[in-house]
Amino acid sequence: MNARVIHWFKFASPQNFYVLAGRMWPWFATLATLLAAVGLWISFFVAPTDAQQGEGYRIIFVHVPASQMSMFIYLVMAAWAGFGLAFNTRLSGMMASALAPTGALFAFLSLATGALWGKPMWGAWWVWDARLTSELILLFLYLGFLALQSSIDDPRRADKACAVLALVGVVNVPIIYFSVKWWNTLHQGASVSLTKSPTMASTMLWGMLIMVVACWMYAITIALLRVRNIILERERHTEWVKHALE
Amino acid sequence: MAGANGVGKTSLLRMVCGLAPIESGQILWNGKSIHAQPDAYREDLCYLGHLNALQESLTVNQNLAFTTALAGNAPDPVQIREVLAHFGVRGRGEQLVRHLSQGQKRRVALSRLALSQARLWVLDEPFVAMDEAGVRMLANLIASHLGQGGLAVLTSHQQVDIGTMPPQMLELRA
Amino acid sequence: MKKLGMLSVMAAVLRREVSVALRQKGEVLTPLVFFVVVASLFPLGVGPESALLLRMAPGVLWVSALLAAMLSLQRLFATDYTDGSLEQMALSSTPLGLLVVGKALSHFLLSGLPLVLMAPVLGLQFGLEGRSLGILMLTLLLGTPTLSLIGSIGAALTLGVRGAGVLLSLLILPLYIPVLIFGAGAVEADAAGLGFGGHLSLLAALLVLSAFFAPLATKTALRISLE
Repeated sequence: MNARVIHWFKFASPQNFYVLAGRMWPWFATLATLLAAVGLWISFFVAPTDAQQGEGYRIIFVHVPASQMSMFIYLVMAAWAGFGLAFNTRLSGMMASALAPTGALFAFLSLATGALWGKPMWGAWWVWDARLTSELILLFLYLGFLALQSSIDDPRRADKACAVLALVGVVNVPIIYFSVKWWNTLHQGASVSLTKSPTMASTMLWGMLIMVVACWMYAITIALLRVRNIILERERHTEWVKHALE
Repeated sequence: MAGANGVGKTSLLRMVCGLAPIESGQILWNGKSIHAQPDAYREDLCYLGHLNALQESLTVNQNLAFTTALAGNAPDPVQIREVLAHFGVRGRGEQLVRHLSQGQKRRVALSRLALSQARLWVLDEPFVAMDEAGVRMLANLIASHLGQGGLAVLTSHQQVDIGTMPPQMLELRA
Repeated sequence: MKKLGMLSVMAAVLRREVSVALRQKGEVLTPLVFFVVVASLFPLGVGPESALLLRMAPGVLWVSALLAAMLSLQRLFATDYTDGSLEQMALSSTPLGLLVVGKALSHFLLSGLPLVLMAPVLGLQFGLEGRSLGILMLTLLLGTPTLSLIGSIGAALTLGVRGAGVLLSLLILPLYIPVLIFGAGAVEADAAGLGFGGHLSLLAALLVLSAFFAPLATKTALRISLE
């Protein structure tokens, strides 16, 4: 039991994790590329043309994974943040910082693809439906995290402050989503909804699933790469970094 | 605690107070880590840093009343008046802190020590910018605190005689 | 020495904040004036058509109040941070969470409550009538303490940081959205005959939630800022 515990916590040291991440990321990158290729091929060539929406609907193969990723990454970020605050580990904060830009990117992608889908569908670049609006607010939360991170000079303090912010955010996300839904129904807003997709052909579902996993692999790859950079930057005063950079 | 400027005396004092995080090692009070008993430790602690912790827009009395309230005690105007007199700022109770001189503000900040019932005093360069009389007064105050069984951790550039108790010297070097 | 109970200590915090505010009246009045100015910008921006203004009123007044409440948040801890008082508060035997609640309460009294009292006057400018004005005041009364509590988190996180003012706004405005939706929504719902009870209960729920959790987050953030 003791040996197993030590083995696991060995990777909590930035130096060891740097090496581990260096070995892991090529695998994830390969998986990401393969799955993305398959997913995109399915979305563009295999999935049938939708009766109502024509070809334009295919953008949901990017939109839906992007939305899901933006949400899930925020949860993972908050988890790392909580872990870091509870156990005072340096690496947890670095992981959260590594994930944030990717999460923000997915949120933005979700909004952009949502707009690209909406325009041919309903003639408007933007509709204030509950999901899109919540996604916009999620983007604001990400931007706030990134802004706070960049304004605090001391990296340890920045990590801890952002950790508090991420935890506060994660508690608020369901509340925000609920209130936006309420707001939407109260105003009998756009009767259009980007989630209202009628029965989906099974190929569509498969395509979507593969794209989601591809996005996961991509996110992990980028996070691993980014955390390696963060580790190098933060630990640049240590011996092992000076060796690694030679 | 002695050491050149910038060697880390203030940082160490803040760690002793529990304000700054500790990379390794522990600080023990009554045998237990200070982080395991934050409330009990803070009841026994009185810290005086470089800043005076005085709200400029309030009077001296208002500031000291708040300090006493923070420690969980009801402010005693008579005691406050006596303490102010003892520290050489007699009769300035109703003046706004803003209107005091730097030296007077420092004395008011120091008078917090006399009002405190804490066992441990942590003082960051308390003798700096004080005249001879002030240094004497503060040294006597610390001496009587030690005499009553209290502890004091302080940093100083100057050599100051504090009663008959020999201090434990800690010198920090970069 | 006579011992003080928790409530008395909180009262001491309130007394201190109010005393400071009385000596710096400008700082209390400025957000109030801001409230009036911003609310007046909207008719200037969209035109004086009364039906449109009436429709916009709850939302506009709520947004303006929200922004005004946020203006004074920066000063919540900043002065105490610079003069060393915050350090003393963090080192005192009084729980920091209690002091935070006291600070948030004083922020509500000094900035939220004036907004509540000012709102009906502005509401009249937008054509709101008696019942709607009353509901508006009630929602602001329930909502502004929540804004103070949530805002204290942002104030604590951005202490001594570059560009703290704007950063604070960016951090907490998304968190203010639920309060805004239920607050402004109540007046509209009532006007549409749907009843405002649900909105008020939700506002009350948000207040209870933030009263419980916000001080926790704020005191953690304060200790991080003091490191």
